[in-house]
Amino acid sequence: MHVPMKTSYNDDIRLVRQRGTLVWYGLLALALLAAPMYLGEHHIAQLSFVGIYAIAGLGAMLLVGYTGQVSLGQAAFMAIGAYTEAILQKFGVPFAASLVLAGVMAGLMGAILSLSTARLAGIYLAIATLAFAFIVEEVLTRWESLTNGSLGILVRRIQVGSFTFDQEWKFYYLSIGLLVLVLWLMINLLRSRTGRALTAMRDSEISAQSLGIQLARYKAIVLALSGALTGVAGALYAHRIQFITPDQFTIMASVELLVLVVVGGLGSLHGAVFGAVFIVMLPQFIVLIRDAFAISTSYQAGLDAGVYGLLMVLFMLFEPQGLYGRWQKIKLYLDTFPFYRKATFRRQRMFQKSEQLR
Amino acid sequence: MTLFEGRNLDRQFGGIHAVRDVSFAVEEGEIFTIIGPNGAGKSTLFNLISRIYDLGGGSLVYDGQDISRIAAHKVVGLGIARTFQNIELFENSTVLSNLLVGRHSRGGPALWRELLFTPAARQSEIAHRERVEDVIDLLDLQEHRDARVGGLPYGVRKVVELGRALTSQPRLILLDEPSSGLNPDETEDMSYWIQDIRSQLGVTVLMIEHDMSLVGMVSDRVLALDHGEVLAIGQPEEIMSDPRVIEAYLGG
Amino acid sequence: MQGLIEFTQMIISGVATGCIYAIVALGFVLIYKASEIVNFAQGDLMMLGAFLGFSFITLLGMPFYLGLGLALVCMALIGALLDRVVLRPMAGQPVFAIVIITIGIGFVIRSIVISIPGWGTETYGIDTPYSGGVTSLGGLVISNEHLAIIAATLLLVIVLYLFFRFTMLGVAMQATSQNQLAAYYVGVPVKSILSMIWAISAATAALVGILLAPITFVHVNMGFIGLKAFPAAVIGGFGSLPGAIVGGLIIGVVEALAGFYLPEGFKDVAAYVLMLVVLAIRPKGLFAQSVAKKV
Repeated sequence: MHVPMKTSYNDDIRLVRQRGTLVWYGLLALALLAAPMYLGEHHIAQLSFVGIYAIAGLGAMLLVGYTGQVSLGQAAFMAIGAYTEAILQKFGVPFAASLVLAGVMAGLMGAILSLSTARLAGIYLAIATLAFAFIVEEVLTRWESLTNGSLGILVRRIQVGSFTFDQEWKFYYLSIGLLVLVLWLMINLLRSRTGRALTAMRDSEISAQSLGIQLARYKAIVLALSGALTGVAGALYAHRIQFITPDQFTIMASVELLVLVVVGGLGSLHGAVFGAVFIVMLPQFIVLIRDAFAISTSYQAGLDAGVYGLLMVLFMLFEPQGLYGRWQKIKLYLDTFPFYRKATFRRQRMFQKSEQLR
Repeated sequence: MTLFEGRNLDRQFGGIHAVRDVSFAVEEGEIFTIIGPNGAGKSTLFNLISRIYDLGGGSLVYDGQDISRIAAHKVVGLGIARTFQNIELFENSTVLSNLLVGRHSRGGPALWRELLFTPAARQSEIAHRERVEDVIDLLDLQEHRDARVGGLPYGVRKVVELGRALTSQPRLILLDEPSSGLNPDETEDMSYWIQDIRSQLGVTVLMIEHDMSLVGMVSDRVLALDHGEVLAIGQPEEIMSDPRVIEAYLGG
Repeated sequence: MQGLIEFTQMIISGVATGCIYAIVALGFVLIYKASEIVNFAQGDLMMLGAFLGFSFITLLGMPFYLGLGLALVCMALIGALLDRVVLRPMAGQPVFAIVIITIGIGFVIRSIVISIPGWGTETYGIDTPYSGGVTSLGGLVISNEHLAIIAATLLLVIVLYLFFRFTMLGVAMQATSQNQLAAYYVGVPVKSILSMIWAISAATAALVGILLAPITFVHVNMGFIGLKAFPAAVIGGFGSLPGAIVGGLIIGVVEALAGFYLPEGFKDVAAYVLMLVVLAIRPKGLFAQSVAKKV
């Protein structure tokens, strides 16, 4: 294991701390840049989806993985972003503005939602976001003059000036580019005061508060940021799918995002990206399982639910750090072979962390 | 000069009168210890001072200012930091970032600057780091700087929590049983640190402690609490030989 | 006069629906009080219970009350098993981890129900001895299904009250939910108590499922009705059993009123809107308990 020698405070703040890492990320960037040259249309489209899901996943990760607030309504933010984008496009608002507004709109909704949850402990947020998602779905279905109800809205391709994103590779660069931008913003946030305040709230609200962190304010901030990111992802999703209806954003979609962060690895940016890759590939896996066991297609819905459910249960029980955590363990095992200690990653149990008081 | 004063503090939970008409004053630069058997209301008293619980009656006066009604998160900004009996660290973060959270009350750049990590944000990070490094040096935490707190031994975590309270640059620090769970060597180290905090940083210490050798070694004055009421306030030797205090401990 | 009767009738059907929410809410408030776990699978447990009842009564042709009892026993075992196998290893883990795991359990249950031959995604009914009939009460016409639900809820509340008040086991459960550690020290077998609480909770879920069957039919999506119990529990303060009952009734009546007076669509979200409003103005619910963490 390589431990770098630090000579200045900037060393801890730097984006890339070891030269080796820089090389690996450089290679990855090259591979992604050149992807349209060696991958077919279908795979490029899949990678665009990874970009979209990773952005939405980062929004969910900020909330669930870094702040410890479970949201069962992320799909509602995605819906708000998607519909804002679609409607603004109809009114001829340029893409650069409408994309930002889609994020702002979803973020604003998050901030408003936080009014009813900010003063409360974790479980209430899960329930409140669930309620929020049902309400948003209902509003989108009923407000027909604006959303065209359950018939849905057609969304045209993105047009910036005279440039149209009319081919897979163009959209691919857009979504990966935005993902990189969002990742950079997230890294910045997490190495600053606000980011630390969020992780502090996750681990101990009581001492976060006693250190001066105003819980309600930071819960509002994190819901707004998470909503905004997921909203931007929703706007991209609308353009990618080109047709949106309220039933694309049900509780199932929220659960999908939750599975994404759990499987990817709670509390890590890598985890959000790993999780996005996983979620995009999952339907293919499920088809493989279905064919391997000759399960009838009529059971598809049950199979999906079962796979999502089992993934959540098994990962929380056996690998709460997700795929990224597993990857780190393998890396450490190889780095320190043969001196790996299983206890390095032992989970801490917190029996005194009761939230009840009588 | 009096730095902190609790006047007729009172608090009930349901039928239990946890703190009953408690008054005391802590002088600036003093090490003031609260002792008492289990369930005497010591931790409740701390939670009242740090505004986690609302007062049932009485008032808190800090530096000449009534703080009985301020929000819990504003207490530390005034210069009152605290630790917890059972350690409330951010388990999944490193020692360094735990200590940096301690700097929260000392301000930072606007959110948009943080998101873009502008030069101002970088400057602010580095300035906070300098204060944190001072604390790391004081408490000898260099070797644990980048370790995840959850994996550290109990004794070290106790010191980290003390450090986290110190990085907020308090004038008054509340230590809730600093020696609980520590072995005799660690307890001795803790007693030196408590004295260093006072002499080197000029921080006034208000602590709850069970270990009488530690109490005797560092305290200027001691308050004995029993059943939520003040039994006696005075010099450590005086209090420890006070028959009422002895009876409270032995008789329960 | 006609208007008044219509109104009363509507309130009664609201109360009946509210009773359903109330019992489901009761189920997870029980678990929450004991272990601070919010069981997001409660609605799916209800659905599973209804399917078991349907199998025993309709498929196997057992007498109604025998089938009902058997379904309750089976669900109690399943509840205890869930606690033992999935939730006990999670003790001491953060709240969000446990929330996620119970959501997962819900999905697994749905998947299992869909995959079992004879269950699947079809809609079924359960014949009850009281099905179809109505009871007239001075101009009011109340369906027997609604009456049965209200009566069963009353009965359940009384039984639970007596159980917690007067039996050793009930008192031990109360002690556990007030302070696990203290209960453990005085010799309460906390672990098996927790399993038993899960058993009771799952059995009440099955009871609701079967009571609901004649009204909404047995279907894999009937678990979503259980989600409405969250607003009920939240409005009731989440830590309070009487609160859960009152919360459930409030939600039921408000829904009935919204369905009558407001445009289409409002009925479905009325419960959630009400909950968000209550959270905004009275964060700890209408029947607040002190829920600050002890340090």
